[in-house]
Amino acid sequence: MPIASQARILKVPLRFLTEDEARVVGAASARIFPADDLGPGANEAGVVIYIDRQLAGPYGKDRYRYTQPPFEVGVPEQGYQGKESPREIYRSGCAQLKGFANLPAEAQDARLEQIEKTRFFQLVRQHTIEGMFCDPMHGGNASLIGWQMLGFPGPYMSWSDEIEKHPGRALRPKPKSLSQILDRPVKPWEDSEK
Amino acid sequence: MKTLPAVDVVIAGGGWSGLLMAKELGTRSGLSILVLERGRPRNPKEYSEGMDEVDYALRLRMMQDPSRDTVTFRHTSADRALPIRQFASFLPGEGMGGAGEHWNGMTPRFQPDVFEVLSRTIKRYGRKRLPDNHAIQNWGIEYSQIEPYYVLAEQLLGVSGKNESNPFAGQRSAPYPTPAMKQSYFATILRDAATSVGYHPYPSPSANLSQTYRNPDGVIRPACQYCGFCERFGCMVGAKAQPTNVLLPVIQKRRNVEIRTGYNVRRIVHKDGKATGAIYIDAKGDEVFQPAGLTFLSSWTLNNTRLLLLSGLGRPYDPASGKAGVGSNLTHQASRNATFFLEKPLNAFMGSGASGFSFSDLDADNFDHGPLDFLRGAHVFSASTGHRPIQNFGVVPEDTKRNWGSEWKKAAIEAFDHDGRVGASGEHLAYRVNFMDLDPTYRDAWGDPLLRLTIDWQDNERRMSRYVGDKLLLLGKAAGATKVRLAPPLSRYDVNTYRSTHIQGGAIMGESPATSVVNPLLQHWDASNVFVLGASAFPQNASGNPTLTVLALTLRVADAVVQRYLPHPGPLA
Repeated sequence: MPIASQARILKVPLRFLTEDEARVVGAASARIFPADDLGPGANEAGVVIYIDRQLAGPYGKDRYRYTQPPFEVGVPEQGYQGKESPREIYRSGCAQLKGFANLPAEAQDARLEQIEKTRFFQLVRQHTIEGMFCDPMHGGNASLIGWQMLGFPGPYMSWSDEIEKHPGRALRPKPKSLSQILDRPVKPWEDSEK
Repeated sequence: MKTLPAVDVVIAGGGWSGLLMAKELGTRSGLSILVLERGRPRNPKEYSEGMDEVDYALRLRMMQDPSRDTVTFRHTSADRALPIRQFASFLPGEGMGGAGEHWNGMTPRFQPDVFEVLSRTIKRYGRKRLPDNHAIQNWGIEYSQIEPYYVLAEQLLGVSGKNESNPFAGQRSAPYPTPAMKQSYFATILRDAATSVGYHPYPSPSANLSQTYRNPDGVIRPACQYCGFCERFGCMVGAKAQPTNVLLPVIQKRRNVEIRTGYNVRRIVHKDGKATGAIYIDAKGDEVFQPAGLTFLSSWTLNNTRLLLLSGLGRPYDPASGKAGVGSNLTHQASRNATFFLEKPLNAFMGSGASGFSFSDLDADNFDHGPLDFLRGAHVFSASTGHRPIQNFGVVPEDTKRNWGSEWKKAAIEAFDHDGRVGASGEHLAYRVNFMDLDPTYRDAWGDPLLRLTIDWQDNERRMSRYVGDKLLLLGKAAGATKVRLAPPLSRYDVNTYRSTHIQGGAIMGESPATSVVNPLLQHWDASNVFVLGASAFPQNASGNPTLTVLALTLRVADAVVQRYLPHPGPLA
């Protein structure tokens, strides 16, 4: 799956999505969070890599969701009651967006508007935000571009000397990932529990 | 089923209340004590590796695993309950230390009138002002009886606060153990706005430590570093009070206390008004009977209630009669939040779970409800819990079109770190229609019925949330906000949005067995060698965060057990 990241082309092996599905998800997330004057978007951050890894891991398989039947339709206040796991929702959602990646941007937006209310779209939107701003160990936020855009510095260990010093003035230290701060590799959940 | 040699005391649940009781009895007696915790052991030395929003704040790595065990929910008895398949509106803890590992550390005392809401309300406004279907009760203790234990609980944790800063607070017989926390920029904005409209803000009491502290047990913890990773995370420096850094260091020195993790208690066995022990599933999946002389339930509101129901211990609540019983008086948090959009950046990534300012002018009965159409209120606070980018991105003014695409991205980036969060944490009164029982359909991984929650907001809370919302809008104006985004007023109870993890009731305390499940010392009315610890005992939900009160009540019970029960076992009230 080729991902354009800061003018480099990376080849990343996919864990769950097919190449076609990855193209659909990549194109959809790039309309949800486009690259524009304000900065890079989902493609540059590697959102599709993030999503692929989440779907391949315990989250995608519903390892930590109550999945006992019966599955009944409730009221919205009772929360998501569907039987389908995130993997299954992506698989069927992508199947319904065949050819999406080759549409012009306006047509892609029109198509997304049609499916805005679906669980599939809501998951892609949520996961796009996650992939933009996650710690890079999860596969998104490549080169910390998401955090740079927001001025979020990452998980610094101490702000004790700074917290009362900058009222009303932006403090924007260079972002660092968790493994940079701890100076050792950290394993994300999706890698520790297959 | 295997039967093990008897112990003196078995404690079901290794969170704040269970481990506190283990520490108290373990250091003040020679009793053999066994704590059974269903979750995993934890290594706080590795909490720094958990400073990750995806795994911990979104995937909830420290919380109860709902694939094995959850609860079902419906609004009313006429509805069909469905399982909460993923936790969201509240987040039960699991593992050593329970939710006490990943809390924010907010440690206010309750307003003094909370313990006597029923009698105080009748006295001031008359019985006719009580909602028709209410189940409001006095606690069976007064503020003056719990006050000495508030002092001990504050000293145990090292609570940081400013003395005499809240004019509505109850009397204190000892100062805060440590001074107030440092404050974020937004906290000072809220303080100044609140002052300008005549409220009385005070630094929120915090168990996150403004300075290094040595507690009466000799346990030393360092000062908070304001890293912004408290809620849903363990503290990487051990500044935030957690059962693993406040209680375990003492317990581990005691040979008479043993803790077993991965052991899930399923039944309290009892005969002729006495518990004989607990049945649990051990780490290998085998069922084991553990005989014990004295049993403590400390497995949080929902599981305490469920264990009593599954064990047939105590009279289950009957919503038709409305008479209190096991499962009655289910309450949550009648809260409403607002986002103040401000021109200046807030640097909100710096913060601490419990730093900030609060005010109590709109709380309890601190303002005249005579001309109003509701009872009670909410305390208002600035949230300074860190500003992690996924959960906080996309909170935009209401006039933003669409929630995706370029225009939304622009609005969301502009709003990011200009979005001050204010919470109004409201009281939830008890009603006959809000209760817990066993679900007839859904089961856990071991085949036991799930607990069923029947809960909805009532008019009192809906009106209160509208009143508080109006005040938040005025506060936003006073803070110089360009726009204010107000959460919708309470309507139907909704499991999708986080409120707090302050679910309460189910085994409420009270003055008489006719109106409560446990006595004011949390001793089961029907089995004098069973004590039910935690917020399951709260007859209704105070606005304040419950942990300090849970700890204070537990210390009060420990005194009574050591001083009165052990020399003369039997009913204490």
